[in-house]
Amino acid sequence: MDDERFPGLHRRGFLAATGAASLGALALAGCGGSGSEGSDAKGDGTPKRGGRLRAAFAGGGAGETLDPHLANLFADAARAKAMYDKLADYGADLSAQPRLAEKWESNKTLDRWQVTLRKATFHDGKPVTAADVLYSYRRIADPKQAFRAKASLDPIDLDASRATGERSIEFVLKRPTAELPNILAAFGAYIVPKDASDFDKKPIGSGPFRFVSFTPGRSAVFRRYDDYWEGAPHLDELEFVVANEESARVNALLGGQVEYAHELNPTTARAHEGKGQIEIVRLRNSAMQGFAMKTDRAPFDDKRVREAFFLIADRKELVDGALSGAGVIGNDLFGKGYEYYADGLPQRAQDLDKARALLKQAGAEDLKVTLDTSAVAAGFTESAGIFRDQAKKAGVTVDVKMGSKDSYWADILDNGTLCCYRSGALPIEAHISQRLLTDSTTNATKWKHKDFDALYQQAQSTRGKTERAAVYERMQRRLYSEGGFLIWGFADWILGTARNVGGVSTKAPANTLDWARFDKVWLA
Amino acid sequence: MSGLRSFVARRLLLGVAQTVAVVLLVFALTEALPGDAAVALAGDQPDPARIAAIREAMHLDRPAYERLADWATGLFHGDLGTSLTSGRPVGQYIADGFGPTLLLATLTVALLVPIGFGLGVLAARHEGRLADRLISSVTLAVYAVPEFALGVLLVTVLALRLGWLPPTAVGYGTDLLGHPAALVLPVLVLLSRPVCSLSRLVRAGMIDALASPYVAQARRYGISGTRIRYAHALPGALAPAVQQLARTVDWLLSGVIVVEALYVIPGLGTVLLNAVAERDVPVVQGLAVVFGVLTVVLNLGADLVAHRLAPRAAVAA
Repeated sequence: MDDERFPGLHRRGFLAATGAASLGALALAGCGGSGSEGSDAKGDGTPKRGGRLRAAFAGGGAGETLDPHLANLFADAARAKAMYDKLADYGADLSAQPRLAEKWESNKTLDRWQVTLRKATFHDGKPVTAADVLYSYRRIADPKQAFRAKASLDPIDLDASRATGERSIEFVLKRPTAELPNILAAFGAYIVPKDASDFDKKPIGSGPFRFVSFTPGRSAVFRRYDDYWEGAPHLDELEFVVANEESARVNALLGGQVEYAHELNPTTARAHEGKGQIEIVRLRNSAMQGFAMKTDRAPFDDKRVREAFFLIADRKELVDGALSGAGVIGNDLFGKGYEYYADGLPQRAQDLDKARALLKQAGAEDLKVTLDTSAVAAGFTESAGIFRDQAKKAGVTVDVKMGSKDSYWADILDNGTLCCYRSGALPIEAHISQRLLTDSTTNATKWKHKDFDALYQQAQSTRGKTERAAVYERMQRRLYSEGGFLIWGFADWILGTARNVGGVSTKAPANTLDWARFDKVWLA
Repeated sequence: MSGLRSFVARRLLLGVAQTVAVVLLVFALTEALPGDAAVALAGDQPDPARIAAIREAMHLDRPAYERLADWATGLFHGDLGTSLTSGRPVGQYIADGFGPTLLLATLTVALLVPIGFGLGVLAARHEGRLADRLISSVTLAVYAVPEFALGVLLVTVLALRLGWLPPTAVGYGTDLLGHPAALVLPVLVLLSRPVCSLSRLVRAGMIDALASPYVAQARRYGISGTRIRYAHALPGALAPAVQQLARTVDWLLSGVIVVEALYVIPGLGTVLLNAVAERDVPVVQGLAVVFGVLTVVLNLGADLVAHRLAPRAAVAA
């Protein structure tokens, strides 16, 4: 969250971070399940065993917890990933990869899934069983707790789901769900031992690192778990330290106090890239950046006005100005580079004459709109200013309004007409279900179309992947021509590492499996 | 002496009233901020149903006055309440943050007093001459540099370029004393401005005192210059400086946000910053009580010391 994330955000703790920050959405994932020391990892040479790696993250202050179901910030997710596993996680293209689940199979109608667990043990030596999985999911879904992953697990009927063996579970779905694996990989859907409820004292997981010590808002120390199902980590110890200021993280890295610094500014990256002192890693396609137009109210209830806005944006200028060039341009569709992304559609470019003509047709000449923004995410206020100037050239007056960063996301959900928007990596299917269906909980563009909802249901009821991809393509074509999200770019997520660190994935967008993954990292 | 006692009693009563007023004001202002803890916690997933559930779990659905009354009742029993976001006791938040803050403040004041007073006296003794002009212009220049800029400059030069000192205290949060080198830069930054303001105050006070009739009288009695300076002029010059010192200590103890953020020192400033961003009202209120009490006690102490140093100045209550 917070952040200004590039600059600033971070001061706050939560979300704003999540909260800010956080990211947005959230999902996680990884690349291939396994491994990954392959060609997409930074660092040459063979892995070396031993040593303690210190990693600096922006954190959540004295209120931090190791309860993985409460994970909200990047720091929470990174700690949770070290200590716990999910049934599945996201690969670099946001497709679900098996983790604790060894395999999954559905019935013909896609509303019952058999999930088989691999042989894995918790840190106390007990096996991970179906009962642990059901306990974890029921805990997340507890209506009294409001855990973040609750909405993701909603399609599963947990009362009807049951263990069919020590390591096999039958999930009963409330409706056909072809993308159940995405749910198993959802942000925060970690598996904890049955009946675990106190995570402040000696928490136990099945992840690659065991708990050693934790001081909220300061540091967490973990030790290698030798019996990890995927093979013991190379590192002896892993320490997460909290430094909310970006400059402090960079300074600590430059001064040799940490070996890994999460979330750096593009300007910092430019200053140190290729200078040999530290390594800069850019995780592409990590954060979608755009503007959300409310399609249920004037002036954006007219699709000609929405198309005119698509044509007003000079995407290159937005990426260069608001993201300092650390990113790629977008094409008004979420999920560039992800599974099912409709990359066959022509790249949209600025066309002010056509935009003016469309506005005229819509009777919206001399249009005035208010653009809500806030310092809640990197590049927000900058992109608002740049877009205001671009719109002026098409005769549209954009009034930029700054809002509070601590309540921004709740403020823009139902209010206003146009706002800055961002999202972390998550599958395209999850983006649609969380934001673009009539009953979506965070539908910031108020995109409510029965036929579109029906297409989503059709995709979820389609077994064949190719056929499913065709349905997703139809949905994306519709969004491309008349949707409410003007998506102008995808920001890189920037990390810094010391030169002796090997095995850091350079391909995994933030929130995927190989992002902030330390069991495959080594110190040379 | 009974006059003094009633002065102290009145000041303490006033202090209690001031602290209560501060707490009420802080509560009202925090309530007036857009969004509450549930909204802040929901972050970029502002699903209205989820926010409502969080609100209920945090008991934020109860009226504000009830929450305030509950909290105040607990306070009378010495209970500062529990954090909305973590459910941990507020007292623990404050205790954890107080250690680093107290350590920084103690070190800073231990250096500030001799340096500030020494420079001030030195400049006053050489009024108008080279030493005075040098001290005056350097202190004015340093005073003009914002903490943040000075902090970044010191890190860049002393830590990153020369490698003499660690750039931050990251990860040392629980054991700052075990890494004294990490404290050098933050203490230098914290010292920079107070040293300047204090030495200038002492210098001005000394110059006034040295020109005063009672010093002239002492000189006529043939008392030695050293004794006049330190036994007669200095105490008079100290009174305003002591009050400035109290304000500085108050500032140091109430959280030095910029320095804590820059050097990653998890003190009270960091706790406050996070609590406000999370709308964690009980933590914010707990800090308001602590800061209010500190301010009252420190100012009272300073008044008493000033009274002792310069009894002729009437003590105003």
